[in-house]
Amino acid sequence: MNLAAFPSAEAAVGIGVSWLALGALSLLESERARFITRLVFPASALISFVLAAVSLSAVGTPAQTFVLPLGLPDLPFHVRLDSLSALFLFLLGICSLGINIYASGYFRGEAAGKLKLLTLQYHCFLASMAFVLLADDAYMFMVAWETMALASYFLVITEHRQSAIRRAGFIYVLLAHIGAISILLCFGVLQDGGFEGYSFDALRGVELTPFWASVAFLLALTGFGAKAGMIPLHIWLPEAHPAAPSPVSALMSGVMLKTAIYALIRVTFDLIGSPLWQWGLLVAVIGALTALFGILYALQQNDLKRLLAYSSVENIGVILIGLGLAMIFFAAGHPEAGALGLIAALYHALNHGVYKSLLFLGAGSVLHSTGIRSLNEMGGLIHRMPHVAFYFLIGALAISALPPLNGFASEWLIFQTALQAGQLGNGVLRSVVPLLAAMLALAAALTARCFVKAFGIAFLGQPRGKVAALAQGEGHEHLDAGVCERLGMAWLAIWCVLLGIFPSTVVGVINEVCIAVTGAGLPRSALGAGVLWLVPSTQAQASYGPIVFLIVIAAVVLVTYVAVRGAFHGRIRRAPPWDCGYPEQTARMQDSSEGFGQSIRVIFAPIFRISRRVPGPDDLQPKFEVQVEDKHWHGLYLPVARAIDYLSSKVGLLQQGRISIYLLYSFITLIALLVFAQ
Amino acid sequence: MIDWAGIAFQILQSVFVVLAAPLLLGWVNQCRAWLQNRRGPGVLRPYFMLWRLFHKEAVIAHHASVLFRATPYVLFGCMWLAAGIVPVLATDLPFAFAADIIALVGIFALARVFIALAAMDIGTSFGGIGARREMLIGFLAEPAMLMTLFTAAFLSGSTALTTIVEALAHREFAIHPSLACAAVAFLMVLLAENARIPVDNPATHLELTMIHEAMILEYSARHLALVEWAAAIKLFAYMTIGVALFAPWGIAEGSDWGALPVAIAAAALKLALAGAGLAALETVSAKFRVFRAPEFLGTAFLLAVLGMLVYFLTNA
Amino acid sequence: MAQQVVNLLATILLIIAFAMLSQRRVLSLIRLFAWQGLALSVSTAIVAYSTGQTHLWASAAVTLVLKVIVLPIVLHKLIDQLNVRWDVETLINVPTTMLVGIGLAIFAFALATPISEMAGTVTRSTLGIALASVLLSFLMMIVRRKAIPQVIGFLAMENGLFFAATSATYGMPLVVELGIALDVLVGTFVFGIFFFHIRETFDSLDIRHMETLKED
Repeated sequence: MNLAAFPSAEAAVGIGVSWLALGALSLLESERARFITRLVFPASALISFVLAAVSLSAVGTPAQTFVLPLGLPDLPFHVRLDSLSALFLFLLGICSLGINIYASGYFRGEAAGKLKLLTLQYHCFLASMAFVLLADDAYMFMVAWETMALASYFLVITEHRQSAIRRAGFIYVLLAHIGAISILLCFGVLQDGGFEGYSFDALRGVELTPFWASVAFLLALTGFGAKAGMIPLHIWLPEAHPAAPSPVSALMSGVMLKTAIYALIRVTFDLIGSPLWQWGLLVAVIGALTALFGILYALQQNDLKRLLAYSSVENIGVILIGLGLAMIFFAAGHPEAGALGLIAALYHALNHGVYKSLLFLGAGSVLHSTGIRSLNEMGGLIHRMPHVAFYFLIGALAISALPPLNGFASEWLIFQTALQAGQLGNGVLRSVVPLLAAMLALAAALTARCFVKAFGIAFLGQPRGKVAALAQGEGHEHLDAGVCERLGMAWLAIWCVLLGIFPSTVVGVINEVCIAVTGAGLPRSALGAGVLWLVPSTQAQASYGPIVFLIVIAAVVLVTYVAVRGAFHGRIRRAPPWDCGYPEQTARMQDSSEGFGQSIRVIFAPIFRISRRVPGPDDLQPKFEVQVEDKHWHGLYLPVARAIDYLSSKVGLLQQGRISIYLLYSFITLIALLVFAQ
Repeated sequence: MIDWAGIAFQILQSVFVVLAAPLLLGWVNQCRAWLQNRRGPGVLRPYFMLWRLFHKEAVIAHHASVLFRATPYVLFGCMWLAAGIVPVLATDLPFAFAADIIALVGIFALARVFIALAAMDIGTSFGGIGARREMLIGFLAEPAMLMTLFTAAFLSGSTALTTIVEALAHREFAIHPSLACAAVAFLMVLLAENARIPVDNPATHLELTMIHEAMILEYSARHLALVEWAAAIKLFAYMTIGVALFAPWGIAEGSDWGALPVAIAAAALKLALAGAGLAALETVSAKFRVFRAPEFLGTAFLLAVLGMLVYFLTNA
Repeated sequence: MAQQVVNLLATILLIIAFAMLSQRRVLSLIRLFAWQGLALSVSTAIVAYSTGQTHLWASAAVTLVLKVIVLPIVLHKLIDQLNVRWDVETLINVPTTMLVGIGLAIFAFALATPISEMAGTVTRSTLGIALASVLLSFLMMIVRRKAIPQVIGFLAMENGLFFAATSATYGMPLVVELGIALDVLVGTFVFGIFFFHIRETFDSLDIRHMETLKED
């Protein structure tokens, strides 16, 4: 079948429309939620599968465009499916497949009324994300973008009776709108004064001076960075993602943040054209700071979902580092190194979508089964929920960038890109790029610590607090996740493993995307090394073979197990833990979640805003409390909010309440216009 | 066409490393005993310890999970892999292309994460302390280690250990200040990652001073044997990486059976000297407070960065 | 070969400059300063040997006597008389100082690369390192709170300048060098006298007390 002739663009649009139809359909069924969970969500999952297949086949084929006669009379919707869109649609397809299957089990206990609305909003969200990726003109893009923001806002405030959730939604929609204004201005600047229409083709054709191109780029970075969760515009992420229901959090963290990355790449590499090295340096430095901030704050969180949200901020930072390096190398005239950087960033975006969705789904299962979100109340869940623990472990190992899973492959590629710094001519860049790689290494190592904390405190050890109470109260009811939830998580976990042990296949696919966007790709020696080895340029220079890892470790584990039992014996005796002979052991003697973050608080104290309550000498019930807040709130947002309040109060003086004054305003305006019209 | 000679050489090297690692550990302990004016336990003592431990019955806490029981095997497997990749006897072996230096750091990170999780599994305070401190050392040592390896990579134009060793072995003898800085930084990272003085005391029984010991407190019998063996292989691998990067003479190239005796002799001599040096260093230093470890590793990071900057400036 | 040894000594010079930034104790500062002087004189001697410029031998000897022997003894005596052995505090903490130091080093290296292309000496690639040492010593003078480390920073800066001169132009004329050496010696004595005055006035050598000497 000739892939290029397959009408993928029409198919993709059809998929978006069918999602909308499903959403509308769910409104029909009146009382029974079973219709939704048994039929609508699985149908949605099927559609996701079709989307993934269609978009994967579209990578590497020439771009397809057509025009939808919707929208305003003179502004129809232009649709375009090229390799970049196809890659992100593929990500949307895989992640939403797993999440939809999970959701059909997760929402079983919900009330029908709420569930109907939720499903409608959910499918609007999915469809709008697909349309953002397919948009080929500014008008359709903004319509889809705003729909995405609105749909996710309604999803975030599903539990709107709690004031904390309402507040989270407000901050979310506020920052989304600030971003949208910035994006609109960016599209405006891209037209450079003339007006040839809003379509991206027209915008591509405009030649901008470096100054205006930089202005457009900065506006795009602000706007899309706000949606992606870049410092200092990340403040909505840790509020909104935990507030939403877990499948929605997974979708937001896994896919929605990536649409912002897609848009940034689209504007920088496609619409503006050739990036400057200063932009690349800016993006890379912001990326490094974002990564470090994100993970340091993640280590201080006691709420599992907030921890995962901050960790998303960190991963976006890593993607931005890759993008920044790519821009630097492209601008310096080294297209192969630049291609490597872009491929690494896209690979990491794909990986993050998969493992972050998996982790959020795992957290959702824990929340569903125990009703607890705070790490301090969890512990020992591996005994009650072995399946969830297994999948969460795979997600945690993947996000900590440990070989042979997928997180390591993309970060390895970013390191290899940074090591090409020797080719750069600019002395400052040549020294700064390896330093950025060092910061990436620091962030990766901190991520490992963060997820040892998350997995260890939640699933391992002895049950703390509420979980212990649950154990005594209810007995061993089925706390583990249901079949659908397990299937959804298993699908994502399989992709974590596959993306990890076949990196060269993945890189081959992404290379097509890179060629389509920038015209440059990896050298032939890199792609011809075979399916076993991942080679960025030549095998003598660097190579990585994860299948060898897997085979050797598995073989040694098996052989050792058998040999030790054969040569010696396999006897085990169960006993209370040794604990250096201490007789009394309670669950409270384990590490708490603040305890795990304590060393970080001490070393990186200036970054946090810590308020500590230490027990005094005459406290009858001594208590230690520590609270870590985001410095951006007090440093940036609250002062800005106060300034706006002040200005508004000044402007409010215009509202005198007397009708004669208002008539005076109209009169003055009329006189002024008459004067002007002369 | 599968390179049978290469694979045979590879397996031989891995087996050599796994069997020789306890010997290196014993040698270091023996040197330390001599320096402290004691008679010492004998160089073969670790072998007897392993033999004894394998015979014992494993005592495991009631609520230990599958992760706890599987971790020693996973650790051992990771270290086998590392033993196969590090060029001890020869470069250019089949597995050498499976991992470059960054992936090697990744293998050690994988091992560290698993042992930290196993430490948290039992739910005692020691396990928590050990896991927390180990991850602290880990996240500080990884950037320092990576910068050191980057300096070597910039100098030889590649991150594949094979290429680095061959490039550095073939240069005429020259003092590279950048490599000197990187070597000192590497030594500091080696001390931190392998739980040696001054970062951690491998022979302590006081909980305030434990890092590695606290994590393996609950292991016994064959599990403890595998964990200790894996730690010995890790020390061996780190020392070999240091020797291969900074003193690479005598390594065979490819599966050259004729050069094998020379390679073994050279490796033995270099490691014996390195082990004696390590013992001397441990004898003259005292263990740091845990919160001085960030400064220590920060200095290592700084030295590595300086080495890299000096390389860029002077091309030396 | 001589080139490589000079490079190595230059690196040691840079490392000592960073180490002085992070040192807490005054005695180790003086010791580091002495080591820096030693590295400097050995490096000058090697350049003298490899290029045959005899006046560099005299420079090396003067540096050795002055910076490795005389000045440390003078500083030790000063410290004994002032009865000062405290830990040195800094205005900003050590890790931040180190980060700023790395930034300065990158800046100095970037600045020096085009200049060193123009110089004609065999040691020209070390010009960047010399410049970096000067900037780092200056930084040390800025961030210290007590007076003695500021003096040592001043002296270390002079070390850096001397190394820069040797690496770029094979040393200054001997007359100029002797004059500078004498200036440095006299300067140290003058500093010592000033310290006694400061201590008498404020009962402490913390420089923040001198901030009260301003128009109000």
